[in-house]
Amino acid sequence: MAAKSTARTSKKADAQADEQYVGARIILKALEEQGVEVIFGYPGGSVLPIYDELFKQNRIRHVLVRHEQGAAHAAEGYARSTGKVGVLLVTSGPGATNAVTGLTDALMDSIPIICLCGQVPTHLIGNDAFQEADTTGITRPCTKHNYLVKDVNQLAKTIHEAFYVARSGRPGPVVIDLPKDVCMAQGSYVPAPHGVQHKTYRPKTQPDKAAVAHAVAMMAAAKKPVFYTGGGIINSGPKASKLLRELVELTGFPITSTLMGLGAYPASGDKWLGMLGMHGTYEANLAMHGCDVMINIGARFDDRVTGNLNYFAPDSKKIHVDIDASSFNKNVIVDLPILGDCAAVLEEMIAVWKARKYAADQKALKAWWRQIADWQGRDCLHYEKRGKLIKPQYAIQRLYELTKKRETYITTEVGQHQMWAAQFYRFDDPNRWMTSGGLGTMGYGLPAAIGVQMAHPKALVVDIAGEASILMNIQEMSTAVQYRLPVKIFIINNQYMGMVRQWQELLHGGRYSESYSEALPDFVKLAEAFGGVGLRVQDPAKLDDTIKEMIAVDRPVICDVMVDQKENCFPMIPSGKAHNEMILSASDKADKQITGAGLALV
Amino acid sequence: MAKKAPKSKTPTSKLSKKPVAGAEETHSIYEGMVPLARLKDKDKYRHNVSLLVDNESGVLARVIGMIAGRGYNIESLTVSEVDRERGLSRINLTTIGTHQVIEQVKAQLGRLVPVHVVRDLTDDGPSVARELALVKVAGKGDPRVEALRIGDIFRANVVDSSTESFVFEVVGTTEKVDAFIDLMKPIGLVEVSRTGVAAIARGAKSIEG
Ligand SMILES: Cc1cc2nc3c(=O)[nH]c(=O)nc-3n(C[C@H](O)[C@H](O)[C@H](O)COP(=O)(O)OP(=O)(O)OC[C@H]3O[C@@H](n4cnc5c(N)ncnc54)[C@H](O)[C@@H]3O)c2cc1C
Ligand SMILES: Cc1ncc(C[n+]2csc(CCOP(=O)(O)OP(=O)(O)O)c2C)c(N)n1
Ligand SMILES: [Mg+2]
Repeated sequence: MAAKSTARTSKKADAQADEQYVGARIILKALEEQGVEVIFGYPGGSVLPIYDELFKQNRIRHVLVRHEQGAAHAAEGYARSTGKVGVLLVTSGPGATNAVTGLTDALMDSIPIICLCGQVPTHLIGNDAFQEADTTGITRPCTKHNYLVKDVNQLAKTIHEAFYVARSGRPGPVVIDLPKDVCMAQGSYVPAPHGVQHKTYRPKTQPDKAAVAHAVAMMAAAKKPVFYTGGGIINSGPKASKLLRELVELTGFPITSTLMGLGAYPASGDKWLGMLGMHGTYEANLAMHGCDVMINIGARFDDRVTGNLNYFAPDSKKIHVDIDASSFNKNVIVDLPILGDCAAVLEEMIAVWKARKYAADQKALKAWWRQIADWQGRDCLHYEKRGKLIKPQYAIQRLYELTKKRETYITTEVGQHQMWAAQFYRFDDPNRWMTSGGLGTMGYGLPAAIGVQMAHPKALVVDIAGEASILMNIQEMSTAVQYRLPVKIFIINNQYMGMVRQWQELLHGGRYSESYSEALPDFVKLAEAFGGVGLRVQDPAKLDDTIKEMIAVDRPVICDVMVDQKENCFPMIPSGKAHNEMILSASDKADKQITGAGLALV
Repeated sequence: MAKKAPKSKTPTSKLSKKPVAGAEETHSIYEGMVPLARLKDKDKYRHNVSLLVDNESGVLARVIGMIAGRGYNIESLTVSEVDRERGLSRINLTTIGTHQVIEQVKAQLGRLVPVHVVRDLTDDGPSVARELALVKVAGKGDPRVEALRIGDIFRANVVDSSTESFVFEVVGTTEKVDAFIDLMKPIGLVEVSRTGVAAIARGAKSIEG
């Protein structure tokens, strides 16, 4: 059932429809036309025809991961760092189910990826065939959309549509389930339509101008304004970040961002308040609490951000810009929702501000900034450097200082180290920060780093990791070694599931149930076993040299940084509390016991 | 530092009632412009919502799965093909919730890829809603006569009869069907089969218009 050799030599577009190709070839043609350069995948019986076609070509690179979850996170890292759609290819049954965590992760964080799944032949579907799983059924709630292709002549069209759906509007993961017989049948190829007009899915990107004009008027009248920006700006693309910077300069308003939006506005900018939310800065959270006009651009009022909804920014009018109408009034009722793409809305906001010659109320704004400076004076990220232990915050600070002049991309695992990375690594550009925010998937960081490094071979890619998280997808070290991807795994090793231990300390009387890792591997030997380089550091005085060595090695490195095991991540808004009830340090927590309903929250 | 969290003041906005230009180009016709007072109303309401969807496999599972997964209340849901040529089905659902929740339900439905139109028939002007029920009543003698008499009052058709039973076909609003069934209970109600609500807007405009 090989493709006719004439098929590939034909050049005429109009003749193309009559040309017959084998399904697997159609899949690759469609991927090529969509500009796909790399696929992260793992083979198996049902996808063998596709692997056979991959073998016969060299336009698309295939990266063999070691676990399908890794393929999904690698595709996410690729997508988030480039703005393109990431692609993974997995086999039916266990291949597809292994990818589910990654798909859910991409759904929660609005990351555009396409997952091509093998499936048993159409006539066996529903028969409990070998390695059959109801993939469309299983993935329906964890994808933006999914398809089961039953007709080879629908393959090309479906793939083009899937890319459109994945990247348009609020981006997300799309699954295409591909029965083996469809991949082996002969059919025709259809080129991607120009300017896709999807039958039903046409998200609105241009905002209602009257609504924007009203928003800008509210902004101009504000006395205590704050920008609250999020991942939507990153999703929208670099232009949105550029426009955001312009608008912030124009207005002179302070700006904070969610975990997902870091880098959209530079951390070195003078209007920057730091991240907000559960582990956000004192100044960002109090500015949110006290503001009179909140301008939310591309953030979704997540519970990590709002704290207790009853006390969330109680005296504010809220403007909410989002491309997905379901984000409006979901958690927080807003005064003015604006449906549209961040870049389009920002552009219009800037135009209106300039055209109407608006100026902020300088007197009020000065007073507001004075208040903010006061809060900044608390130095909420301060930590005690004592003894001969490396403080985790210090390790990340040094990493930042020693890498900031390079083109550096940071990924993370999940836990305290992730929050410290968000607090202490200062991002000045979008798309440099890859983290699992919505799902909080331990094991995300290493495969994501591999995806990033594939897209940016010359850049420095560091996974800031915890020693527990890294073990969840450590097998991907093997992938990094195979493809000579010099990713750096920077383990903040506190021997605890630190984030769990912190909650147990705060909420469960210090009963550290199962949060200590009794038997950790020797990470240096582990790196070597994989064919990478292992480094370890315990002495603060040697930290810089170790980091420099890590950067200098042009191979995958695991750098095991032994840190103070007892350190907790502050500031912290305990669950069920309001923004102005933050715990600033260990000594601060006594009078802020978490009680009642707060205990039940996560 | 631990200031007491102040009580929430109710912000007001005149803007929220304003119709929105360019709504026709939206995927989801829902723009989010709902009056604040409505969103803050804690009372629950029953709404009939109709959707036009691509008649493709899995579309019903998508709708039902989303509703179940997000914990919304559904009283009734019907689905049927309405336009064979264009491959369109119509889903009618009856949901109960606060305005805020119902707006969420509509927005969540609107973002499903195969959904063409979401229309809130309870909100968007007058509409009619009907359902059909087949109601089996068994008995002899007086109760049998009484069943027929009530059937008459409700303009129910007898679509099956045996010496000791009737099957009534009753059509009407949910309330009417409920009332009919309630009256039949003491007489010898055996079984009920209902279609669920089909609803449509009054006037010349189509759901797509
Ligand atoms: C251990 C842990 C702790 C955490 N602590 C914090 C914390 O302290 N602070 C914090 O902020 N987060 C924290 N998070 C992350 C948190 O869970 C959420 O993931 C995050 O707050 C969501 O970010 P976001 O609101 O920017 O939304 P995203 O998930 O990035 O969603 C983007 C929003 O923008 C919209 N959008 C997408 N594209 C566009 C476009 N082109 N134009 C307009 N709108 C668009 C989407 O519809 C969506 O509403 C934590 C996570 C973990 C795992
Ligand atoms: C897959 C998965 N399982 C469990 C959790 C819950 N969880 C969140 S943080 C954490 C501990 C992480 O420990 P480590 O990687 O060492 O990071 P640290 O907090 O110590 O920096 C756990 C278990 C999770 N987020 N993801
Ligand atoms: Mg740890």
